[in-house]
Amino acid sequence: MISPDQVEAMIKSGLPDAEVAVQDLTGGGDHYQVAIVSTAFEGLRLVKRHQLVYKAVDSAMSSEAIHALSLETNTPSEVAAAS
Amino acid sequence: MSPETKSKIDGLVADNKIMVFMKGNKLMPQCGFSNNVVQILNSLGVPYETLDVLANPDIRQGIKEYSSWPTIPQVYINGEFIGGSDIMIKLYQEGNLQETVEVALAS
Repeated sequence: MISPDQVEAMIKSGLPDAEVAVQDLTGGGDHYQVAIVSTAFEGLRLVKRHQLVYKAVDSAMSSEAIHALSLETNTPSEVAAAS
Repeated sequence: MSPETKSKIDGLVADNKIMVFMKGNKLMPQCGFSNNVVQILNSLGVPYETLDVLANPDIRQGIKEYSSWPTIPQVYINGEFIGGSDIMIKLYQEGNLQETVEVALAS
């Protein structure tokens, strides 16, 4: 179990420019949905983007503090194009 | 990951056009995320192979390192790591999965 603030801090440590929105799906602190906007995703396929995020939260995933992480990963220009 | 585990995974990924590492099996997925992947592939009506990581603890740990991906399920198509449940859902909804699968099966 881990707090939403900790999840956000871990992701920002790996992706310093990221805008991060964390949602606790079950209230149990182990199933999270996270929306991340970062320039680091530029030019990367979805799987590579998710691997970047997983690397940032590696310790929490491997200790199973986080059981499941649902990710939405976009670049600033994709967000601008969608709005 | 032991060399034996790595070569076992290498073989599974190479020998099956669509290979799913999951919890449970096609008929009885043991996790909602694994079930998502099974339902998507069933709806495409394509042949695929699965491996139950709950019955294979060495692969359960090894595949995480192998793919740089910390969760199960994991899907490989034509030897390439595609992702887990989220990515399969997104590709399916965007209509890109059908094409990827057809190309793989035709090759």
